[in-house]
Amino acid sequence: MSLFSLFGALEIGLIFSLVALGVFISFRLLRFPDLTVDGSFPLGGAVGAVCIASGMDPFLATVCATLAGAAAGVLTALLNVYLKIMDLLASILMMIALYSINLRIMGKPNIPLIMEPTVFSVLQPEWLVDYIGRPLILIVVVVFAKFGLDAYFSTQQGLAIRATGSNPRMARSQGVNTGAMIILGMAISNGLVGLAGALYAQTQGGADISMGIGTIVIGLAAVIVGESILPSRKLFMLTLAVVLGAIVYRFFIALALNSDFIGLKAQDLNLVTALLVTVALVIPLLKQRYARRKRV
Amino acid sequence: MLKATNLKITFNPCTPIETRALQGLSLEIPTGQFVTVIGTNGAGKSTFLNAVSGDLAVDSGSILIDDSEVTRLPVWQRAAKVARVFQDPMAGTCEDLTIEENMALAQCRGSKRGLSWAVKASQRDHYREHLAKLGLGLENRLTDRIGLLSGGQRQAVSLLMAALQPSRILLLDEHTAALDPRTADFVLKLTQRIVAEKQLTTMMVTHSMRQALDVGDRTVMLHQGQVVLDVSGEQRKGMDVKDLLNMFEQVRGEEISDDALLLS
Ligand SMILES: Nc1ncnc2c1ncn2[C@@H]1O[C@H](COP(=O)(O)OP(=O)(O)OP(=O)(O)O)[C@@H](O)[C@H]1O
Ligand SMILES: [Mg+2]
Repeated sequence: MSLFSLFGALEIGLIFSLVALGVFISFRLLRFPDLTVDGSFPLGGAVGAVCIASGMDPFLATVCATLAGAAAGVLTALLNVYLKIMDLLASILMMIALYSINLRIMGKPNIPLIMEPTVFSVLQPEWLVDYIGRPLILIVVVVFAKFGLDAYFSTQQGLAIRATGSNPRMARSQGVNTGAMIILGMAISNGLVGLAGALYAQTQGGADISMGIGTIVIGLAAVIVGESILPSRKLFMLTLAVVLGAIVYRFFIALALNSDFIGLKAQDLNLVTALLVTVALVIPLLKQRYARRKRV
Repeated sequence: MLKATNLKITFNPCTPIETRALQGLSLEIPTGQFVTVIGTNGAGKSTFLNAVSGDLAVDSGSILIDDSEVTRLPVWQRAAKVARVFQDPMAGTCEDLTIEENMALAQCRGSKRGLSWAVKASQRDHYREHLAKLGLGLENRLTDRIGLLSGGQRQAVSLLMAALQPSRILLLDEHTAALDPRTADFVLKLTQRIVAEKQLTTMMVTHSMRQALDVGDRTVMLHQGQVVLDVSGEQRKGMDVKDLLNMFEQVRGEEISDDALLLS
């Protein structure tokens, strides 16, 4: 594998570690199976790209994209909390609704960002090449996100969100407004995903309506891979595992796509991901069974 | 003070499995009183406690806590006034959180949850002190996940958590039922100690008639969603389990077997 594709994998891995952190919040902390991300990722990309293309400052555009993602998460949560629609179903409804909304926002299936300024082109010093500069900038973003979340989920409010996911009845009896916590948690989760979408569009030279397909599976894959390489129950370690999971996962994919003898192509990515998640899910089961047999 | 007036709750109304769990239940508990609640299975004890906590909405009737109407408030808004310990030790604590995080959650009951640290160093000492009083060695395990504790240990911590913040009423629904006899006894003693220390207004559901008479200041028996027996003061002091049964039969005008009340 060339240095170029190594850094490329790191770059995408870092972007997807933001998605993975978002998925970790919804699936693990809130225990809310949320497929909205397949819509909020391209939503972030669409809003970011449209804003930049219309001449907005790329930082402001990225903030807008983040807020748009958060709004999507809030809507999914509202469907669940106030209309009592089952969590998974609420998120699927939101996901397909977002497909149309994203097309409306973009006005066409893709928006190129070739000559426009991006957060990367603005921040990156002249002498640094793209493929090294972008991962460096992303590392800073991801470190901020990881430690920010660690801190937030150690506050009274963050703890209330975790309690809501872990034992909602107990949380309510301790005075936690669980509905509000679900809305807040989903906003943070999808806000991160929207941010990732906007950054992705800016590194890939534009937004595309199909850029969201499989985001949730990649995010989950990252969470699961992370949890199996760094098993822990501590929040600090969990978020670290999720970030590492996203990067490691991306390296595996790059490796698989780059080794000619396997003969995999880019379009096989989702299949490979699905297989990887299946294997990662089955391994703990097999381990358990093996351990039990040994004991007998 | 708790004042419940004419509470009615019907499950699955207008269906073949309609259950009228509360049928016009009224009960008034003055501040500081410790009431034990008994009754056969299905008498409506849990339903009543859930109505007071807000877990169940009443069809009609009103619930006042300290003269303020809470009948229509959701659970989380009543939490400042109502503390409770569940029958299931798993239900009252968050198993994914550590002991200190669980206690921090309870520490905030009734106040706004902001962006300050959930577990502060000063509180940690405070929690440690409380836990040390249990004599279970939990004071050295503040950062252990609470899911690692035994049912009895978790129930003891739940009780501490219920008493961390002042409340107007403490609800205990068979909170020792899932524990072995020794641990149950320990948790009951702890309950009496905490209730006496903080002078909590308390309702405790139990299936032990002995316990119902020995613990607290007043005993109430529910049957078919109503209060059918209410003894306190001198009358209660002189009573034993046999008297309680006799009185119940008189009130209902029917024979009930000892088994139905699960004597101990
Ligand atoms: N969620 C529910 N749906 C339907 N019926 C219910 C529900 N909860 C309770 N009931 C019914 O209401 C009646 C009262 O139940 P409740 O749980 O209050 O009894 P209890 O006095 O606590 O009994 P136990 O001693 O067994 O705990 C029972 O007939 C029960 O079957
Ligand atoms: Mg009950």
